[in-house]
Amino acid sequence: MNLLDIRNLSIELIHDDQNILAVDKVSLCMKEGEVRGLVGESGSGKSLLAQALVGVLDDKWRVHADRFHWRGIDLLRLSIEERKALLSRDIAMIFQEPMACLDPTTSIGEQLTEAIDSGQLSGFFWQRKQQRQLAVTKLLHKVGIKDHSTCLRSYPHQLTEAFCQRVMIAMALARRPILLIADEPTAAMEITNEGQIFRLLASLNQLKNMSILLISHDIENITHWTNTITVMYSGQFVEAGTTTQIFSKPLHPYTRALVDSSPSANLHLPAKSRLKTLPGSIPILQHLPIGCRLGPRCPRAQQACVKAPSVTNFHGHKVSCHFPLTPLKMPSKKATKGSC
Amino acid sequence: MSELFEVKDLSKSYRHKNYWFNKKTTTVLAPISFSVEAHQTLAIIGDTGSGKSTLAKLLVGAESASSGAIYLNGEALKSTSYKQRCQHIRMIFQDSGTTLNPSLTILQLLDEPLKLNTPFNEMKRKELIRTTLQKVGLLGDHMNFYPHMFSGGQKQRISLARAIILEPQVIILDEALASLDPSLRSQMINLLLDLQQQMGLAYILISHNLGIIRHFSDNIMVLSKGEVVESGITREVMNKPQHKVTQKLLRNQSFQLNPKKVLS
Repeated sequence: MNLLDIRNLSIELIHDDQNILAVDKVSLCMKEGEVRGLVGESGSGKSLLAQALVGVLDDKWRVHADRFHWRGIDLLRLSIEERKALLSRDIAMIFQEPMACLDPTTSIGEQLTEAIDSGQLSGFFWQRKQQRQLAVTKLLHKVGIKDHSTCLRSYPHQLTEAFCQRVMIAMALARRPILLIADEPTAAMEITNEGQIFRLLASLNQLKNMSILLISHDIENITHWTNTITVMYSGQFVEAGTTTQIFSKPLHPYTRALVDSSPSANLHLPAKSRLKTLPGSIPILQHLPIGCRLGPRCPRAQQACVKAPSVTNFHGHKVSCHFPLTPLKMPSKKATKGSC
Repeated sequence: MSELFEVKDLSKSYRHKNYWFNKKTTTVLAPISFSVEAHQTLAIIGDTGSGKSTLAKLLVGAESASSGAIYLNGEALKSTSYKQRCQHIRMIFQDSGTTLNPSLTILQLLDEPLKLNTPFNEMKRKELIRTTLQKVGLLGDHMNFYPHMFSGGQKQRISLARAIILEPQVIILDEALASLDPSLRSQMINLLLDLQQQMGLAYILISHNLGIIRHFSDNIMVLSKGEVVESGITREVMNKPQHKVTQKLLRNQSFQLNPKKVLS
């Protein structure tokens, strides 16, 4: 059974005269214990998708989905309260810029104790405070902070970015979630710290069998850590498949360009030679091209591209393009329901 | 043969003023020497607090060095002559969006360094701005736009235009490529490489991304706690790191991506 099964999720920004479709029919599917990468450049709607998942979008946004299943439960049929209770129990999210997300006026200790759910504590009321403290220390040890007493006493500005990120992860772990959504956990971090954070996430995945949705703008950063990758461009679904499929034989021209444009993936290139790249820049939300949004920048674009392509499935490697690279011999059939 | 850009024993230390009897100094940058030739790129890597950004500030003149000297074409740069330095050493910052004044048009933004540093009249300046914008891949008509009308990649191009408009000899890129999206980043790398070929620029590149450094730079310098622990030709250092710090940095990078491992 799939952990998370979303089909044709659209997110609209409600505007005076005309609604803007920020995320256009994206499907996402996760299995238990999987690390899935969600890759897209800025403005691709990947953070929006994550926020819609945990339900923190405000009234300006309208979310539609054909299917929205969480462990077999249809979330669209539940009332808002039930859905909130279910999602807040099972899904946790860590946001971009940990420093900005922590409360600067409260110490780390207080913020962490707040995150501990009283349902986890047992015993009489006078024992609870101590149990809370114990739980907090355990959480900090779990994320690799050894000096817990100093950390608990300090305020966010006194810690480094990587430490703040660890604290955020500790908070997310407080309710023992099944799915952790990490929205650019290592943005603007030094390489040494980046490795540490990724290793921590990987170990949590291995030991606790926690599924992770890893969101990043840079495909080369996360390929080492993911099992499967979903690529998005400008709010549209581009390609999904296992890391090897995406990386060694991408079907979509955009994914090809992403892989080609990374210098560390092309070690055979002579130094200082030109990198392959797509012309133009990412379209802004007010002026989105119709049909396939990559159209104006795509080297393989033809007349058919003014209509949005449907998703085709080659052995679990899904691609949304009229003219995929290396078209396979087998008849391209429409994505069947339930396939992932 | 004299080098284009040479740094000799440059160092920086701060004095804590509060202690009267027990004067304390913190050395941020131990005496450091290196040289860069035209058409060459020197990459600087290091962990947080290794002094990379301090070095960039010293070179560009935003802070004054405690000791040492900087030579450009064999001539010593005085710490007081900002004019000379402005013309020949330019810098591009990490976050291009915040370094452009939002209340000025691109024309006014690019006009300012020309007004201060060149004797050109208005017509000539405007023409120069137009050609520079075209050089970085924008249109001449973009000069009447305000910074908020551009996307992130275009803003980075404008800061590049501002850097090259005085035809400098050295450009310092302090994490200039870090915040860009991958497809725009490779466009920018291509552009920088083209400009290096055309204008014979020397780059000093400060970056985390070892993939870019491997592709982009000729020489590399590894800093740790204000000291140079290893330096040499990029390929050689990357293939056979000698020092512990370099090995650690490279090991962390191999976590970033190892295509062979992914493929097999």
